[in-house]
Amino acid sequence: MVHFLEEVGANPGRSAHSRSIEAARVVYGAREAVAELLGVSDPNRVVFGLNLTEGLNLALHGLLKPGDHVITSSLEHNAMMRPLRELEAQGVAVTLVPNTPAGALDLAYLEAAIRPETTLIALNHASNVSGMLQPAREVAAIARAHDLLLLVDSAQTAGCHPIHMEDDEIDLLAFTGHKSMMGPMGTGGLVIGSRVDLDRFKPLVQGGTGSRSESEEQPAFLPDRYESGTPNAVGLAGLEAGIRWVLGQTVGTIRRREEKLTQYLIDGLRDIPGLILSGRGEAALQMPTVSLSLPGIPASEVGLRLDEDHGILCRVGLHCAPAAHRTLGTFPDGTVRLSFGPFIDAAGIERAVEALTRIAQNSA
Amino acid sequence: MSSLTHSVVLVYSTSHAIRLESLLKRANTPCKLIPVPRHLSSDCGVCVRFDDGNRSVIDRILGQSGLEIQRITPIPG
Repeated sequence: MVHFLEEVGANPGRSAHSRSIEAARVVYGAREAVAELLGVSDPNRVVFGLNLTEGLNLALHGLLKPGDHVITSSLEHNAMMRPLRELEAQGVAVTLVPNTPAGALDLAYLEAAIRPETTLIALNHASNVSGMLQPAREVAAIARAHDLLLLVDSAQTAGCHPIHMEDDEIDLLAFTGHKSMMGPMGTGGLVIGSRVDLDRFKPLVQGGTGSRSESEEQPAFLPDRYESGTPNAVGLAGLEAGIRWVLGQTVGTIRRREEKLTQYLIDGLRDIPGLILSGRGEAALQMPTVSLSLPGIPASEVGLRLDEDHGILCRVGLHCAPAAHRTLGTFPDGTVRLSFGPFIDAAGIERAVEALTRIAQNSA
Repeated sequence: MSSLTHSVVLVYSTSHAIRLESLLKRANTPCKLIPVPRHLSSDCGVCVRFDDGNRSVIDRILGQSGLEIQRITPIPG
């Protein structure tokens, strides 16, 4: 990022001078890194935008039209649900497949919900509330069998759980740079697989791309078709650096370590009298995101005590995911959500468990 | 093999030019990104200039990668 700001500073793809070309190399470096991390052979299938929400909006608004039917899960974040509800108001039919309170997706229900107008299955790879993983490969097999596209929200998994879009048969994958890809905020987007027909996939925004300047029509090719206007090139420099760090550690190593620490956290929390955990309590089935409640103490109060008395920062409430909380039985009160990244150690987990033990004791 | 004549690969987007540059770099084949010569296109982008002696490598890499191009054309100088 320092290199970009101090020595490049030009607009990628907008001129043919050396700094503009260098800026395009910086952006392309981020494309290559995302492609390597997510198992995509052509880096130009990576379309950058502001964040994952924009990636999901591009996919949903670009692909779905009135009369179409889309299937999603009951564990979705509002980044998925709000565009779907907006599209529903415009005549797109939306089916929510139930998840059990423990988080498991009903695959038989999902397959039975498919009808002739169904064009897309869209769901997250893991819940941002309970951390529960969704069966993406099984859903992909159903999507292929019925010739449907599969859109995956990878907010909780990209960079900390193995993903190979091509092997996993994911057609569209929305990603954000600022979580486990270790990049800055303001980076993210959508990866577009080869089964997606670009002629039937409208861009969200039209404008200058630096290519086909003689034409007033939006280009038909990737990535320009979906990338109008000046990109966040300095942010993308940071995104590449973050992903290169992840690739150096290896995603498998990060996942194994976080899975172990997640189980350590869950086991510690289980020893706190009265504490209620969301999900199955098995780290192998979830990401390092754990939702809990302490009966008799509002989630907001627990969050405040964790912050002020123990210096532990977490998010409390509904986590922009009312559908998921309804499924988990924690609506409208919400939960306390603990989550961590690759820089925590066992001592950090112990501190959190100790702090929650004290908060539970003090309120008893 | 080296020769004194050059050609350019005209691509659809700067992203495609950078991808080709990256693939050629990995194949140890020199190239240079230059502005698209005005007589070839009114586009404001870049193209990939290479030594004609490396034409077979260019063809092979374009074939393997599936990278779509507009065309390859000789340039003076």
